[in-house]
Amino acid sequence: METSGWIQLAIFLIALALITKPMGLYLTQVLDPNGRTWFDPVLRPLERGTYRVMGVRPDQEHNWKQYTLAMLAFSLVGCVFTYAILRLQNLLPLNPQRFAAVNPDLAFNTAASFTTNTNWQNYGGESTMSYFSQMVGLAFHNFVSAATGIAIAAALVRAIARHSAQTIGNFWVDLVRVTYYVLLPICLVLAVFLVSQGMIQNFKPYTKATLVEPMKVQVEKKNDQGETIKGPDGKAITEEQTITEQSIVQGPMASQVAIKMLGTNGGGYVNANAADPFENPTPLSNLVQMLSIFAIGSGLTYYLGRMVKNQKHGWTVWAAMVTLFLGGVLLCWWAESSGNPIHQHLGVAAADGNMEGKEVRFGIFNSALFATVTTDASCGAVNSMHDSFTALGGLVPLFNIQLGEIIIGGTGAGLYGILVFVVLAVFIAGLMVGRTPEYLGKKIEAYDVKMAMLSLLILAISILGFSGWAIVSKWGLAGLNNGGPHGLSEILYAFSSGAGNNGSAFAGLSGNTPWYNTTLGLDMLFGRFLMIVPIMALAGSLVQKKVAPASAGTFPVHGGTFLILLLGTVILIGALNFLPALTLGPIVEHFLMQGGKLF
Amino acid sequence: MTQKPASLFDWNIIGPAIADAFKKLNPRLMVKNPVMFVTMVGAALTTVGIFTTESALRGFVAQLAIWLWFTVLFANFAEAVAEGRGKAQAASLRRARKDTMARRLQNGREVKVPAPILQKGDLVVCEAGDTIPADGDVIEGIASVDEAAITGESAPVIRESGGDRSAVTGGTRVLSDRIVIRITADKGAGFLDKMIALVEGARRQKTPNEIALTILLAALTFIFLLVCVTLKPFGIYSGAAFSIPVLVALLVCLIPTTIGGLLSAIGIAGMDRVLQRNVLAMSGRAVEAAGDVDVLLLDKTGTITLGNRMAVGFHPAPGVEPNDLAASAQLSSLADETPEGRSIVVLAKEKFGLRAREMHELEATFVPFTAQTRMSGVDLHANGTQPTMRVRKGAAEAVRGFVESAGGMFPQSVANTVDEISHRGGTPLVVASDMMTLGTIELKDVVKGGIKERFAQLRKMGIKTVMITGDNPLTAAAIAAEAGVDDFMAQATPEQKLKRIRHEQSEGHLVAMTGDGTNDAPALAQADVGVAMNTGTQAAREAGNMVDLDSNPTKLLDIVEIGKQMLITRGSLTTFSIANDVAKYFAIIPAMLMVRFSEVAPLNIMHLHSPTSAILSAVIFNALIIITLIPLALRGVAYKPMGALAILQRNLLIYGFGGLVVPFIGIKLIDLIITALHLA
Repeated sequence: METSGWIQLAIFLIALALITKPMGLYLTQVLDPNGRTWFDPVLRPLERGTYRVMGVRPDQEHNWKQYTLAMLAFSLVGCVFTYAILRLQNLLPLNPQRFAAVNPDLAFNTAASFTTNTNWQNYGGESTMSYFSQMVGLAFHNFVSAATGIAIAAALVRAIARHSAQTIGNFWVDLVRVTYYVLLPICLVLAVFLVSQGMIQNFKPYTKATLVEPMKVQVEKKNDQGETIKGPDGKAITEEQTITEQSIVQGPMASQVAIKMLGTNGGGYVNANAADPFENPTPLSNLVQMLSIFAIGSGLTYYLGRMVKNQKHGWTVWAAMVTLFLGGVLLCWWAESSGNPIHQHLGVAAADGNMEGKEVRFGIFNSALFATVTTDASCGAVNSMHDSFTALGGLVPLFNIQLGEIIIGGTGAGLYGILVFVVLAVFIAGLMVGRTPEYLGKKIEAYDVKMAMLSLLILAISILGFSGWAIVSKWGLAGLNNGGPHGLSEILYAFSSGAGNNGSAFAGLSGNTPWYNTTLGLDMLFGRFLMIVPIMALAGSLVQKKVAPASAGTFPVHGGTFLILLLGTVILIGALNFLPALTLGPIVEHFLMQGGKLF
Repeated sequence: MTQKPASLFDWNIIGPAIADAFKKLNPRLMVKNPVMFVTMVGAALTTVGIFTTESALRGFVAQLAIWLWFTVLFANFAEAVAEGRGKAQAASLRRARKDTMARRLQNGREVKVPAPILQKGDLVVCEAGDTIPADGDVIEGIASVDEAAITGESAPVIRESGGDRSAVTGGTRVLSDRIVIRITADKGAGFLDKMIALVEGARRQKTPNEIALTILLAALTFIFLLVCVTLKPFGIYSGAAFSIPVLVALLVCLIPTTIGGLLSAIGIAGMDRVLQRNVLAMSGRAVEAAGDVDVLLLDKTGTITLGNRMAVGFHPAPGVEPNDLAASAQLSSLADETPEGRSIVVLAKEKFGLRAREMHELEATFVPFTAQTRMSGVDLHANGTQPTMRVRKGAAEAVRGFVESAGGMFPQSVANTVDEISHRGGTPLVVASDMMTLGTIELKDVVKGGIKERFAQLRKMGIKTVMITGDNPLTAAAIAAEAGVDDFMAQATPEQKLKRIRHEQSEGHLVAMTGDGTNDAPALAQADVGVAMNTGTQAAREAGNMVDLDSNPTKLLDIVEIGKQMLITRGSLTTFSIANDVAKYFAIIPAMLMVRFSEVAPLNIMHLHSPTSAILSAVIFNALIIITLIPLALRGVAYKPMGALAILQRNLLIYGFGGLVVPFIGIKLIDLIITALHLA
């Protein structure tokens, strides 16, 4: 844990704090249909034209059911649209490699993944997807799934801010405005910046480079039908191949990467994701990419404070998120710096810690920081292999996701996720001060508690239910490449990443099987939409409530006491559920590693 | 019913409660409490496990089963004790409800009928010695009534037709005179019946916050159920096949059994505490709402001031000796039996040493106050029938007329004094002797001792007090300032009260008020918490959601505190219960893993003796904490009026932080004990 790490952590935190208010103020304008921005002269006509084409009346607001139905209908159509494109890609244009139609379960998994802002990839893009599928079927979701999350968060915040009302905004207006005014312009700037750092943005064919030193690899031997030939022991027969040429990826990378980070999508342009020199060329591009992952989620806490006219509340929620973030970074950094005792024993350990699976350019600290940021914010982009982290270092990303992606969180999803915990914290603490609990003057009643707990239940059911099934079924175990507690971690990580809409993976699990494609697809859909419905029902209930004026009898939802309360609620109610499973995975693995066993 | 708070260890209650704890194992009753129902199912599964497990572990599983059953029984016992305390009170009420014969008026004739056949609208006659057969309103006559059966107060009260004291309660006894009563309640729906049902808890419905909390606890239980069920496949994969009894032990330790087991006891005990203050709450919802109240409408008289005005000073007219004024004032009040009159006599004695003389010594006759003259006083007859001297005291205008008609004059300085006293919020009484204006007596409302401090406390709790009075705004403002209320309503009519309540509610406030008259009924019904005085009319008692049997309006403040305490107790024990889970994880999880992965030994930070002793200790702690906390649940968490933040910090520290630490200590101690006893 060297000084340069501490300095970089401080820089990151200060920069994050500095962008929060401007981003929040800008979001406040965008999320108000009559708000004003610099882009009005250009984008207003476009916005109005879009409404006319869609047949949307922007002045007509929705109640929670209409809002939710509009969101679900939009997502369903988007999901089916992508599924259709993937299934029909052999018939569609822009398919020079003549890729076949994507098989049904992978198409379902991929459509669900991009619709839910997860970007879990059970395929290799360069060997599966046509340009048309990539550009029309997938990239579209990078924008609208992020905008959908922000829209839901805005609707919930409006429900908290308004009182004795019915409507919580118009979904179509929120969707269009966020996409036009927030995502597109910022991505444009971000892309230009990334290009300035050396990221590629072109339409050239892949470059072939001759290797200085030819490389020999073992590949599975295939017959004429392209099937793997298996030996008498059931294992694939391998043959040696000499590689003399490398194919270097080209293409419009910067524009894709900008929305991948800003929209917390996370799907890499290349397989190595943000570890690739083109996809993350400099330390500065690394820092800016991490900041752009947090930018909108952090700004939304300011938006919350602004809307409920209690800026301190917004900052307290922010502080809770940042405290959890810091805890994660420090633990992960410490665990990775401590390294692997077995390597140390053998005298082969890197001086600065566990460097396995890490990009040398980024080192321990920036890998730990990136891993924490990307799992805090349901992004899923990676600049190191989480699977190769030490047991405790790998516990951090897993735990972050299992908390429900509420540490800054996915665009919008982080805010509405933590507000569920705020409601529960207020409920328990409210009883402790001897009044029917009130959140910003609104009574938290049975219905609200029911909806809040329902959303937590869905997360627990999705993660634990599917993992529990996978770990004892032949389909689940079939995909496992590592044994012991590490195998359990891999399966837990996959279903956590799916339900949390993160999309990063512990490598080592072969997910492209019909069973995993289907279960992970469902896991992602549950984690996204089954969580949103009760949260929107909560919004529908909150918006109708009267506001009781604050007095000395109402406890403040800002300041240190509330911060501790909120953190306690997140840890005790949100996290303890996963502790038994985690002990059997990473925690046991840690102790076994200390004892000299690896998996 | 005497409301001595029953001792927590009264064998008359504990004995039957133990039996009830077993009766409550009926699954149809248990299912209403999801947390304890899951615990009971777990206990049953573990009991089966005794016979299916390998013989080496049979003793361990048997002990687990026993303690799991104890967990359920302790929770049932807590509820039974709380109910038992109510039942004891119900039994004494029931004695008052012995079936009597009623004298029903039919076409002007009395017919004896059994009380149970009386119907609403029947007229009955009651005379001295009769027990009033059912609830009703006096429509004719006046009588003194012994209401000890419901209030525990032995002094008789007056009940008369018309006015605000017309309601009588079935089961009370007429001591004197004869009254005719119109029955207002059918048999079984009377006041006494409601009381019995309420204190027995038979009609107990969950309050809104209790329902919300039950949902939270049920959802947590479901999540932990999921955690433990999925631990089975995880364990199978890891090569550590966890047995059902061990998984049940983990489940029961994780689900919030502490608050789940005590939740209903807290609610029943809260109602019981209200009852001990001699207040009858019609529902738990009303008591809970009292905790939420942030505006109190308080009648000035009786709540803020002592019922009556007192003389506090003599202001002589120019040229009159203070001594003379005092003597005449005392003279005029000698036969005046009103509290104001007596206070004048007392003040003259205290200030000037004037001894009250006997009326007949002076050959004086008393001239009582009438609405026409608006004065009272004495006529002195030295001899003969013509009065030699007429002394009067009364309102300034009336006395001015009296003096001027006798040919005297009313000095301007006296008129000024009268105005000044009015401005100060006092009541001026002018004293005159024939044509001579002697001066002014200052009467003042006396604010109850300590009430100002109490209002200051309420303000700290975020509760606004509004004084309601029929006085003019000047007087009202002066008293309001002295008493330290936040606001006042002068010359308040029932309509204005109702309007005010609606206004406060529209701003999101919850309003509590007390009232006794029929014209208070709409406001009592509108208020979130309406406390009717037992001396009040039947209409008022029906409209409110609480009845104060002592008719003491100050009690509203106690009720608010009890309501808050009930919620605080629930919240604190919930926090405690959830915080406990951390220590239980540290006890059970390492124990479960040790069997397969001995490397995890460092996780056993409490250094518990063995895996079985660790699991057993956690389960025993979990059971014992319920029984340990029963007194707290029944008594309620200590409550001090202070700001919300201060209360939150205090309770977070005690129950949140305490909830983290206590089980570490408790489980370690139990582990030491059972290891020493070779139980595990």
